Amino acid sequence: MAVPSDRDWDDYIDAVGRALGLPIEDAWRPAIRANLAVSLKMARLVDEFSLPDEAEPASVFTA
Amino acid sequence: MTASAIAAAVAARKLSAVEAADAALARIAARDGVLNAFTDVTAERARAKARAVDADIAAGKPVGPLAGVPFAVKNLFDVAGLPTRAGSRINRDRTPASRDATLIERMEAAGAVLVGALNMGEYAYDFTGENVHDGPSRNPHDPTRMSGGSSGGSGSAVGGGLVPVALGSDTNGSIRVPSSFCGIFGLKPTYGRLSRARSFPFVMSLDHLGPFARSVEDLALAYDAMQGPDPDDAACTARGPEPVSNLLSQGLGDLRIAIAGGHFQKNLFPEAAEAVSQVATALKLTQVIDVPEAARARAAAYVISTTEGASLHLDRLRQRPQDFDPAVRDRLIAGAMIPAPMVDRAQKFRRWYRAQVLELFKSVDVLIAPATPCIAPKLGQATFVLDGVELPVRANIGIHTQPISFIGLPVVAVPIPLEPMPIGVQIIAAPWCEHVALRVAHALQQLGVAAAPAPRGVLENGSRSA
Repeated sequence: MAVPSDRDWDDYIDAVGRALGLPIEDAWRPAIRANLAVSLKMARLVDEFSLPDEAEPASVFTA
Repeated sequence: MTASAIAAAVAARKLSAVEAADAALARIAARDGVLNAFTDVTAERARAKARAVDADIAAGKPVGPLAGVPFAVKNLFDVAGLPTRAGSRINRDRTPASRDATLIERMEAAGAVLVGALNMGEYAYDFTGENVHDGPSRNPHDPTRMSGGSSGGSGSAVGGGLVPVALGSDTNGSIRVPSSFCGIFGLKPTYGRLSRARSFPFVMSLDHLGPFARSVEDLALAYDAMQGPDPDDAACTARGPEPVSNLLSQGLGDLRIAIAGGHFQKNLFPEAAEAVSQVATALKLTQVIDVPEAARARAAAYVISTTEGASLHLDRLRQRPQDFDPAVRDRLIAGAMIPAPMVDRAQKFRRWYRAQVLELFKSVDVLIAPATPCIAPKLGQATFVLDGVELPVRANIGIHTQPISFIGLPVVAVPIPLEPMPIGVQIIAAPWCEHVALRVAHALQQLGVAAAPAPRGVLENGSRSA
């Protein structure tokens, strides 16, 4: 798949922002895009580490 | 004076608690114009509490181990009568707190005297100690440099000698980073050890509270006073207090101590490597142990922090986005947009990584790692060059602290007084083994390797030194 362009990210930011009811001004967009790029890079580093289907999350509810 | 010395002098009636409080208030008045560590000075409350301590002593009542010791807290702790601002502009509109945070109540029950609330990075999402609303807290050894964040005021106040003890919070490094930059001791206990009740959160699954001090004895004294279960914090342990003060002088004994390798030996400026090397030499360490997947652990901590932080602040981001520090706002908005499976995977990785590291603690008792990759950067500094690559300062200050707090391990940050600026080293132990880390810290203090240098960045008249 092609790497998302800045335009793609702006569309994503607009769509998710609307879905969450977050007001986003145009001036904030470059910084949000840059932060999103860093956060998703971190998330991908975790994502690409294979864990078994049975892996429990650290946060386990105790009744 | 150290907290231990003040408490001993007050209990022996050589010094009154009121005199100790007035001396602290005078130091704050003289030096805080430069340091900007305090956002609130609770002088009336402090004098009233100090008078009560003196009255108890005059009446022959027993006094606690912190009798008359002045202390201050990061302004995310509830202080009765103050809105808990947590470094933000928005929270100033909150109703003033009706009751102190649990840890303040416990410190005061031991005789300590609260003198004020301390500056911090907005909503604790910060490693610099800078604050757009209150101005930066400044480094006591060079006021043109950062105090470190997010408990910047705590580092500045203790490093600058305003108070012998302060309390702060650590989600990803916010106790250890200011300890490193300001040249003082800091304890981030095991996750769940100290109650967070009535403190403003950041990332519930990673938030810890803990003390700062200028000696290991004082650190242990404050820590012992604050231990114990608390039904008001769902994550707080049911374990009873496990005092450490009487264990410090046990020495190293047969403790197995190793240097953390891999991720912890990368991305270091020479001063951070030198500080670890001094500790290794003093303790005669030769073993280097790789902590598996530590870089990924740091990434997972980053993901959980940014998403839980975004969730916490979602309504404020909707309603008052203009009132945030723009840098914090834009980071949180991005955090709100991370797909949910990424967060679940980070939590699953967290449990896997925890199991790996606990396995490692079967063969060692203590790991040594840098606290920060560098000495305190200049205020406002945006980037540094590491291994030939220009990197953003803010995001990279916590690279060595995040993989440790991610799984809640107890850590003592010890100051190594290098020239021209101090820098910290992390002494890391297995869960619930704070006493082990504190014993090693105490041994390093006895060897003269770890010490809190006298502040050089402030003069008594409040002006900056050259």
